[in-house]
Amino acid sequence: MKKVNSHVLALNGDEAVAYAVKQSDVDVVAAYPITPQTIIVERFSEYVANGEVQTEFVCTESEHSALAACLAASLTGARAFTASASAGLALMHEMLFVTSGCRAPVVMAIANRALSAPLNIHGDQSDTMAQRDSGWIQLYAENVQETYDTVIQAFRIAEDTDVLLPTIVGLDGFTLSHTLENVRVLPDEAVRAFVGTRKFIEVLTHEDKTAPFRLDPDYPMTMGPIALPNYYFEFKRQQEEAMSQALTTIRRINAEYSQLTGRSYGDGLVEAYRLEDAEVAVVCLGSTAGTVKAVIDALRLEDVKAGLLRIRAFRPFPVEQVRKLLQNMKAVAVMDKSLSFGGNGGAVYHETRHALYDADAHPRIVNYIYGLGGRDVSPGEIRQVYNDLQNVARGQLAEKSVRYLGLRE
Amino acid sequence: MTGQEWKFTSKEIAEKPELFLSGHRACAGCGPATVLRLIMKATRGPTIVTEATGCMEVASSIYPYTSWGTPWLHTAFETVAANASGIEAALKALKKKGRLKHAHVDVIAIAGDGGTYDIGFQALSGAVERGHDFLFVLYDNEAYMNTGIQRSGGTPLGAATTTSPAGTVVPGKLEHKKPIAEIMVAHEMPYVATASPYYWRDLIAKARKGLEVEGPAFLHVFAPCPRGWRTEPAKTIEYSRLAVETCVFPLWEAVDGKYSLSIPSRVFARAPEKKKPVTEYLKGQGRFRHLFMPQNKALLETIQRLTDEKWLKLLKKCGEATVSEPASSSS
Repeated sequence: MKKVNSHVLALNGDEAVAYAVKQSDVDVVAAYPITPQTIIVERFSEYVANGEVQTEFVCTESEHSALAACLAASLTGARAFTASASAGLALMHEMLFVTSGCRAPVVMAIANRALSAPLNIHGDQSDTMAQRDSGWIQLYAENVQETYDTVIQAFRIAEDTDVLLPTIVGLDGFTLSHTLENVRVLPDEAVRAFVGTRKFIEVLTHEDKTAPFRLDPDYPMTMGPIALPNYYFEFKRQQEEAMSQALTTIRRINAEYSQLTGRSYGDGLVEAYRLEDAEVAVVCLGSTAGTVKAVIDALRLEDVKAGLLRIRAFRPFPVEQVRKLLQNMKAVAVMDKSLSFGGNGGAVYHETRHALYDADAHPRIVNYIYGLGGRDVSPGEIRQVYNDLQNVARGQLAEKSVRYLGLRE
Repeated sequence: MTGQEWKFTSKEIAEKPELFLSGHRACAGCGPATVLRLIMKATRGPTIVTEATGCMEVASSIYPYTSWGTPWLHTAFETVAANASGIEAALKALKKKGRLKHAHVDVIAIAGDGGTYDIGFQALSGAVERGHDFLFVLYDNEAYMNTGIQRSGGTPLGAATTTSPAGTVVPGKLEHKKPIAEIMVAHEMPYVATASPYYWRDLIAKARKGLEVEGPAFLHVFAPCPRGWRTEPAKTIEYSRLAVETCVFPLWEAVDGKYSLSIPSRVFARAPEKKKPVTEYLKGQGRFRHLFMPQNKALLETIQRLTDEKWLKLLKKCGEATVSEPASSSS
């Protein structure tokens, strides 16, 4: 594949999502406004109003209906997209499971935002973390450029016939959704060629005919039936198998996209930054990684062997990569922008510890809960985390392995 | 649209292949199963059906079996109108892009009273407001039958259900049945109608009109449930007739908001003496049995009075001005 020319647009994260969706030959967008996602649907509405897309745009009366409409559109054979955040995603909760259970490759951008109560419109990752067992692939972007690139990739990943799973692209609320960056965008035709048109697996209908998996009057198919204890379990096992397949597909699409654009994000699942010779490492998702990288560069000048493992795919969780890349660290700090109440730490911490259980060596590992409700995390605080880690590496594990960063106590 | 003539003769209807197929697990005497079979006789070409969670969804789709001769989708209880929106939007988009094989595909959304009056109402109202081209069929068996006969917004006054039982203090459901079809007319949608399976030709014709109209159509179909109503399975169609003859469930349609009484009900407008007392309909139904106890006499009278009042209001809406007062309200 030949690299294509791209040009630079000044876009915030939401606009970058809308632009990527515009270029991705999407058939149906059904959505409901919610801060900090709203700019996505506003920009997309403008594309519709100006005839720049052939997409059917459905302004639903709730997020629940938005996802139900996308699910049905997807099963009818359309490429479908929606966007939400926080309470909107929580309202969709029921339909998230139905969408993945029906194997509908809907793509959804989530401008990550805190959950009520108290009401808070600012960024954290409580919304998507609460949906981690809903059967959706979850990819988190570090910056606006990656947001744009990941939305385009998400259609390929979700629709891959080995996968067929709905996919969330998470961008940190306000930090990415409302922050202007220079974004290299591809020509329309390059994106269109990259995403292609939807491909369908062939399945056996109840009339014993082989037909594409979609609602087609020529090949009547019953979708979303009731399955009793004699069949339900097998459906769920197949979803888990698809998640395993997604580990391969996400890497493949990242590599293909890299050939086209020269941009790649680690192996697609995780991105290691100055980790090869590191002794102390931070693990995080999303935009915080940018701050962490800057702090690492400064620390390296001070001979601190600091590194970062950014998890891009939280679902499926790249257990193997996390284990391999972290097992030789002396100490690891996992940063969670959400809290699993009563679970002793955040979800990323839990999963990272879980990945390391079978490792040859076991680094000391601590958890930092940070940034809830949009509280800013400064380079100084990240530096403090690395200072702590150096003590932890020396065996001075503080009394608590779960800590809070930037909190009044 | 009103100029359309359908030659739905018994022969033609019998010869049309079934799209709601036998082998489903509905109970003996199931009103909704008969209703769906008749609705599917009204289809005019390629059709996609979507259905809310409920009796008919469960009875017709037990994996790996199905009773559906059309593409069919179920997603959740409250989502059927949103599903229809998505299907319709997908068909439009695929057609614009030249990726749809068919010139037109009809979309039918089916829900029971729970999925329409209650949990599904928001999605229904939204989909109709947006003007999607689909036919919404409400099969109204007047309670949550699939979960064991709990009251819904469609359960009538006085009916005993498992969550509105007739006790020593409370005589069944204390609230009225929500006027769902009139609420849908208030959405200023192109077509709303009520139907009953006893008047099967009227039902099929209305379903067909609902499919042919551009934009959303709403068909409210009366659908007795022997298990939930505590009636004899053999009497489902008889109750479907009595509900109309007592004007408990009058048949009408509203085309672009203009009401007109359908022929089966027009009889009782033109000849009020033929209208039967509500007790003819209520008696024999276990869910109303307590109404015939002496202490509930007043409630029984209230039901008759309210039925008459509603009927009069409907006659006005339908422009049936020839009848001024029903015989029962004159001294």
